[in-house]
Amino acid sequence: MSTVDGTGIVTEAEPAGKGATAGSGPAAVPERSSGGAGLRAVPGGLSAGAREQAPASRPPGALRAWWRLLGSEAGLTFRRPRNLAVLAVLAAIPVLIGVVMRLFAEPLAAGAADGPGNGGAIFAQVAGNGLFLTFAALSLLVQLMLPVAVAVVAGDAVAGEAGAGTLRYLLTAPAGRTRLLAVKYGNAVLFCLAAVSVIAVSALVIGLALFPAGPITLLSGTTISFAEGLLRIGLVVLYVTAGMAALAAVALALSTLTEAAIGAIAATVVAVIVTQVLSVVPQLSWLHPYLLPQWWNGFDGVLRDPVATAEMGQGLLVFAAYTAIFGSIAWARFTGKDITS
Amino acid sequence: MTTGAGDHSIVTRGLTKRFRGGQVAVDDLHLSVPRGSVFGFLGPNGSGKTTTIRMLLGLVTPTGGAWELLGAPMPGGIPAALPRVGALVEGPAFYPYLSGEANLRRYDAADPAADPRTASRRIALALERVGLSAAARKRYRAYSLGMRQRLAIAAALLGPRELLVLDEPTNGLDPQGTREVRALVKEIAADGTTVFVSSHLLAEVEQMCTHLGVMRTGRLVAQGSLAELRELNAGETAVVRVETPDTAEAASVLAGLGLAGVRTGDGEAGAELGAVAPERITAALVAAGVAVRGLAVRRPSLEDVFVGLTGEGFDVDG
Repeated sequence: MSTVDGTGIVTEAEPAGKGATAGSGPAAVPERSSGGAGLRAVPGGLSAGAREQAPASRPPGALRAWWRLLGSEAGLTFRRPRNLAVLAVLAAIPVLIGVVMRLFAEPLAAGAADGPGNGGAIFAQVAGNGLFLTFAALSLLVQLMLPVAVAVVAGDAVAGEAGAGTLRYLLTAPAGRTRLLAVKYGNAVLFCLAAVSVIAVSALVIGLALFPAGPITLLSGTTISFAEGLLRIGLVVLYVTAGMAALAAVALALSTLTEAAIGAIAATVVAVIVTQVLSVVPQLSWLHPYLLPQWWNGFDGVLRDPVATAEMGQGLLVFAAYTAIFGSIAWARFTGKDITS
Repeated sequence: MTTGAGDHSIVTRGLTKRFRGGQVAVDDLHLSVPRGSVFGFLGPNGSGKTTTIRMLLGLVTPTGGAWELLGAPMPGGIPAALPRVGALVEGPAFYPYLSGEANLRRYDAADPAADPRTASRRIALALERVGLSAAARKRYRAYSLGMRQRLAIAAALLGPRELLVLDEPTNGLDPQGTREVRALVKEIAADGTTVFVSSHLLAEVEQMCTHLGVMRTGRLVAQGSLAELRELNAGETAVVRVETPDTAEAASVLAGLGLAGVRTGDGEAGAELGAVAPERITAALVAAGVAVRGLAVRRPSLEDVFVGLTGEGFDVDG
């Protein structure tokens, strides 16, 4: 049954007799080789490669194949000019915030302190210690800019491939539907981590350049070392990444519903905005704990001593629930879908 | 279906696809593609060819029936069978911002059975086979229509394949490109690979095929070897035509030989040949003193069979 011994002779059981003569191989069809310049006949060609390869090739480990596909996904995502532009914008905004705060430090801090929520308190600290710029930048960007960036990549994940027609070739490779979806989600989470890290690093660098550094006085009044401050920034990065990963699951589910990537991206952004609006309507306060964006900002527990884990723990549970629910929707939809693009 | 799956690359039993609107795209398809054959899958646009191919490859779920690919019952056999199948489905589709080579590497990475250590060599070989080596590092965006089609064929040749499914492989190619694709298909088939090639034009595939299947409005109206299909209307339409100034005499000679459907026209007479040998007709005409300027026997071509099965003209099915 290999390509080697299957050559030419075709025996047909039905209908008897005729098949054997008619099917005696392509050689029976009279046409001279065109000798065309373009599609060259490579002597020995592919089958030679196949013979060479066949004995040596054990199927590469399944795990290795997963990593290879994830590497391919990440390569596409992080080399794509559009995504690099998004990351560049995310890196530029902390710089902008830092510069503006340096120029108008006093009035801004005073104004922010009166504002709603804890963001104001964090902003007020920036002038005293550059590390706080990281917290300030993340708490500001996590509301809309970061979700938009995540939506661009995760919303595009399946719909973009479907729209371009590349999905049918990935699936006939065969990538496997569950495997492809899992790898796509893993890649989206990777992008979430990259986007959050870009903001954190940019804010850290510009914060230390423009403001004093040193031991940090926390919101609870105690002081921790600069090194521990960095560690706590790391915790915030992981927490915000988890929140964005939950949004990525929502975007991925929407992405399986359409062949227009821009539709999935826009739908995700609209969902985020609508949820943000709902979360400021006091009459819906019973609903608020179930809304995803409500928890994205819940990381100021790390600015207390000891770290206040209760709210972050709740937040992580909500993220896990969103990821599980929308991940399942994406899987159910994608594995049963007719690929007609 | 008395044949086992072992000697067939594709077998379908009652494969049916009814879309949600109720439209039946493919209706009760019983296809058998012998291993090692070059199987031409013919039919007008919209006759269900592409839907069939999408079902065979597991992209679209049939609403009825069963199928096997390379002996593996589908769709469960997708991971086992598809790495041995190269496919070109409804035209090329690639990432415009990647080079031809990077595009092939992308698809190779999606195949869990592909060995990454041999990827570079296999990619280079596939590009060489379709004559794209020189453009390997050019971005796909800058490729011409013909180059895109070639790259899609290269993607189908990335690994050792036992079955090649080519959906309208000559679309967008100039006559030279079409000839090259034909030569390539024959070369691949000579290696023992089964080739399943769809087209809406018989002329595109007739010269390279050993077998044909003909679709019309979602139904398979005929399939078999070329010889079998030629026989479908062998009896009825072989025609003899005599060029002569003496049309009346010629007609009476033809009638005298017992030929049916004798008719006369401007400077010619004709009849259905039936079982009469052409040399007997020549002899009889000469014996009767008819001035014969030319005598031609026109046997039914495959084209006639095809047109008879699918209808003529540009009507789009469905």
